[in-house]
Amino acid sequence: MKTFVYIDHFKGEPLPASWEAIGVGKTLGNVTALVFGSGVEAVANSAFEYGADEVLLADDTALEDFRVEAYASTLSAVASSQTPDLILFPTTTRGRELAGMAAIDLNTGVLVDVIGLEADGDKVVATRPIYAGKLLEKTICNAKPQLVTLRGRAFPKPEQNAGASGTITKVEAVAEARTEVVGYSTDQGGVSLNDAGVIVSGGRGTSNNTALTAPDGMDDKEAEIWKAQEGFKLVGELAKVLGGAMGASRAAVDAGYIPYANQVGQTGKVVSPDLYIANGISGAIQHLAGMRTSKVIVAVNKDPDAPIFKVARYGVVGDMHQIVPALTEAFKKKLGK
Amino acid sequence: MKIVACIKQVPDSAAKVVAEDGQVSWGDAPLVINPWDEFAVEAALQQKEAHGGEVIAVSMGDENAKEALKHALAMGCDSAILVSDAALEELDTQGTARVLAAAVQKVGDVDATFFGRQAIDGDAGITPAQTARVLGWPMLSLAAVITVDGGKAKVERSIEEGRQTVSADLPAVFSVVKDFGEPRYPSFMGIRKASRAEIPAWSLADLGIEAPASVIEWPELMNPPSREVTCEIIEGGSPEEIADTLADKIIGEKVL
Repeated sequence: MKTFVYIDHFKGEPLPASWEAIGVGKTLGNVTALVFGSGVEAVANSAFEYGADEVLLADDTALEDFRVEAYASTLSAVASSQTPDLILFPTTTRGRELAGMAAIDLNTGVLVDVIGLEADGDKVVATRPIYAGKLLEKTICNAKPQLVTLRGRAFPKPEQNAGASGTITKVEAVAEARTEVVGYSTDQGGVSLNDAGVIVSGGRGTSNNTALTAPDGMDDKEAEIWKAQEGFKLVGELAKVLGGAMGASRAAVDAGYIPYANQVGQTGKVVSPDLYIANGISGAIQHLAGMRTSKVIVAVNKDPDAPIFKVARYGVVGDMHQIVPALTEAFKKKLGK
Repeated sequence: MKIVACIKQVPDSAAKVVAEDGQVSWGDAPLVINPWDEFAVEAALQQKEAHGGEVIAVSMGDENAKEALKHALAMGCDSAILVSDAALEELDTQGTARVLAAAVQKVGDVDATFFGRQAIDGDAGITPAQTARVLGWPMLSLAAVITVDGGKAKVERSIEEGRQTVSADLPAVFSVVKDFGEPRYPSFMGIRKASRAEIPAWSLADLGIEAPASVIEWPELMNPPSREVTCEIIEGGSPEEIADTLADKIIGEKVL
């Protein structure tokens, strides 16, 4: 199967899911990596180290910032002339839209956010979650090239083979400037939920610390939010010791305790870390849909009947405000931090 | 501004969804407007409030989808259109984008088309970008903040790495994320108006297009493998003792 892999990067910093996609491509045959951007030859070299056999490089100032229209036109031109059977993308915000637009140009279709892929002749059969993972579907694309976006962390990352190299072939960028990037403001440098191996989450229970008294002058709602933010500090400290990211339930986000970017669940982020620790989260069906495929789930909740315990490997029936800081201390000691 | 808000009807997010005989079943859970699309309607209404004009809600689906359109009307949309045709069953996102783009063209003189970021049933999240591509309009996706000024739009996009500010000329397609702000509840007057509204249905013939061919097939639907977990409850005399045991158990799982 003639397979291309689109390497997604942010300002020259490749996303690990791109390397996972090369790994998947290698199970089907040789892999041609597609690297688009401006001054991104280093990305091309990294692609060889993760297993790419060759690289098609569109390096042009017109591709300086990721603007989906220009990238889609460049991709569609390459795919029309080179006729691959399959193009893999990581399921990132960029990967999704790029594949989506290219599918319109190339009169084909996209299999989005795939978690399993097998070859059947020169076609692939993909497995993907729908309804936030409440169901799985097998799906195929009856046109060429088949466009597939792969969920991050669903496939193993190949070993890096330092110093590996190969042939880079330059391809033409298609400049198409429908949008203008005015600027960026990046996050505080925390671990992103999608890439995190460990996620520590908090729910409504973060605000129930009876040992705390809110500062004077706050009304009930302000006091509740203040208490919850104290609770999330404990959650954040545990996440930090474990090198993980901080998550939250929808209830906590809707109550104004924590920004939406942290929400895990059907209308937040669907995650699949190696370790998920849920604190003060009862486990509504929408939340479970967003984290149930985590490898090991730990739940801390006062209510022994909370549904979260039904998906948890380990549970503590108790007060998260006591258990979480104790757990942070225990890990500090045991992990030597 | 003349604005189209594209919405979809889906099973409620609290529904217990299962595969039964190869079909999706959501039991007796209600069908509702896709929760993401409420943010799209809210964003569209705010633009109308700021600049004048009208908001037209458009949904592709069967007769039932009129309920979702009524929700959009009750929130404050001026009119609604159902795009419905027997030939549109089992249509993939590429086909859906072509049909919605044709509907936007038929509405005519549209300045902006709003979508939610994705539908909570299929979870693909690519129909907005594909519709923009068919229309040949710029795509301003995952918008958390939207400002329109003199035929130009500026949005703050919520992406993995933080916020990105992007501008483009109108007409443009927008997709809206939850950071945009809470969607309004339908008002009592809105609900009364919506219940009496006549919602026209446009067929493919009305749009002047043939049924787009679906290139995606879904040969199999499965329930996810059930997680055979028995929860081991960690107990102890003090939080410290519990934490100590739990930390050892977690370290023993070799996931750190």
